[in-house]
Amino acid sequence: MSVAAIRTEPMPPERVRWTLPEARSLDAVNAIVTAPLYERELWSWRAWWIGFAVSGAMTVVFLVGVTVVLMRGIGVWGVNTTVVWGTAIADYVWWIGIGNAGTLISAMLLLMRQKWRAATNRFAEAMTLFAAAIAGVFPIIHLGRPMYFYWLTPYPNTMTVWPQWRSALIWDFWAILSYILFSIIFWYVGLIPDLATLRDRARSKFAATVYGAFALGWRGSARHWHAYETLHLALACLGVPLVVSLHSVVGMDFAASLMPGWQETIFPPYFVVGAMYSGFAMVVCLAVLVRWGFRMEGLITLAHFDVMAKVMLAAAIIMGLSYATEWFNAWYGGDHAERRLVAFEFTGAYAPLFWALILCNVVIPQAFWFGAVRNSVVAVFAVAVAINIGMWFERILIVWNTLSHDYAVSMWRLFIPTVWDWVTTFGSLGLFALMYLVFVRLVPVVSMHEVRKLIDEEGAS
Amino acid sequence: MTALLLAEFADSRRFAEAARRARGERYRVVDAFTPFPVEGMHEILEQRKSHIRVAMFIGGVATAAAAYGLEYYSAVIDYPYNSGGRPFDAWPAFMLVPFATGILVAAIAGFATLLVECGLPGLHHALFAVEGFERASQDRFILALERPADDDEMRRALDFFRAAGATALREVDA
Repeated sequence: MSVAAIRTEPMPPERVRWTLPEARSLDAVNAIVTAPLYERELWSWRAWWIGFAVSGAMTVVFLVGVTVVLMRGIGVWGVNTTVVWGTAIADYVWWIGIGNAGTLISAMLLLMRQKWRAATNRFAEAMTLFAAAIAGVFPIIHLGRPMYFYWLTPYPNTMTVWPQWRSALIWDFWAILSYILFSIIFWYVGLIPDLATLRDRARSKFAATVYGAFALGWRGSARHWHAYETLHLALACLGVPLVVSLHSVVGMDFAASLMPGWQETIFPPYFVVGAMYSGFAMVVCLAVLVRWGFRMEGLITLAHFDVMAKVMLAAAIIMGLSYATEWFNAWYGGDHAERRLVAFEFTGAYAPLFWALILCNVVIPQAFWFGAVRNSVVAVFAVAVAINIGMWFERILIVWNTLSHDYAVSMWRLFIPTVWDWVTTFGSLGLFALMYLVFVRLVPVVSMHEVRKLIDEEGAS
Repeated sequence: MTALLLAEFADSRRFAEAARRARGERYRVVDAFTPFPVEGMHEILEQRKSHIRVAMFIGGVATAAAAYGLEYYSAVIDYPYNSGGRPFDAWPAFMLVPFATGILVAAIAGFATLLVECGLPGLHHALFAVEGFERASQDRFILALERPADDDEMRRALDFFRAAGATALREVDA
């Protein structure tokens, strides 16, 4: 579904340029992208320092929350014997969705020959790494005995036991582990030629040495580029199915159970589209911030926001259809528990959140039908933020609704978040922001060599 | 040490055209250094095709097979465990681990092959000392050819590349 969402994009007419005139020469691109790293005096950095301080403080809060959970157990959260998964698992699904999107967007757009990806793939892939790393924390701290999480790995042990390979949680472990390591490779390979550019533009010996070491001695020879292009394309081809399988597995964590509202065959694709949707929304938010913070209007143009808004619009429609399919199946299937669950969703204790979800994920993005909205950076940003919030509601409601309202009426019990639920949830946002702020100070946020190629091709057309 | 003639271009199309014609003129073009992949350059230079995909395929399939073997050994031979009467060798449930690890190792194998084929990491290279070479990673296109032995041919080569639009010509030992 997500593939179709991108493929139906009208190809940009030849004259559409993904760059503005001020960025339309090779050296202009290099200068714009390396300026935040080498011409720091051009910025006051006040906003950066404020962001750094706030996100640093939130990270400390997150670490405190994680420590408390590890020391006192998961009972400090609002989980109870009925709702055994609380915000931790919802946060995990939300973060891994965002973590999926960077590689998905980057690899899929590469395979689709969408040239505009050149300006967005680097910071989208960085988003992936940080989000996936944070996502990996939640299932571990949510384990009752987190010190034994390494039992998920198969290793010869004195207990002579092995992991249960039929368990969706084992799949999760391998899928996340493989995905994070794969994403690091994919990201780093794309970064090597840019590190060489940084090495060659360095103004201090220290910068030249550090970037030079990470550039591995890249010279940009014909042999280098041939190997690079071969590998990058092959990685993209493998990355797309890996990402799809990863979020499908996350969907199967739910679907492989016997709970009403969870055991649905629609879950894997529905989760993948949801991941792409929230990931695109997060990429748009980051694109707005990067563009504003580093004055990259010449590289990240209104045309980029226009096309990303269209993708989000398509995803919003697919999400709406997925929700409707769930409700229809519950009614058409005739199962009491399923019907009761849908009624609970619409009218129960969490109904306000549910209607907020529908508003954020399905209704508000319809604004993207209008060109004026798609071409307003502020409007696109606002809708993207709404989508991210809506997707978080979706993740928590998938957990809370089903678990608090399963088959046995005597078991019904609500989940009420405690302060530690909020600490770990908002704290993780702080950690993400902190990692991102450090990233933009160390690494070029836009892939220079790909934009150089784009400019060269556009000059030819 | 080889004596090289470096012809520098500011424009990718002139550069590609010069590379193509230089081959026709039987200049021995050794390599090309560009700030982004210039299409067709690999073919013009008639370099060996990359084996990256083969390495990735072998690495991926071998790892997937090993992963499945591990699952089979642990679940069927070493620790058979009856879980609700399901078969010990529950292959549909066993597919994800070989798939994910296979892709991961394919990526690692591809990256390792890239390093081998490119001769990386190699932090030092004689060309790095050449003045102006740092722009090959930024905005210049450099063609490296074997320096013609006798002076007449050298002069002819210089004229040829100047006419082809080279912005700078350097004789170097690398």
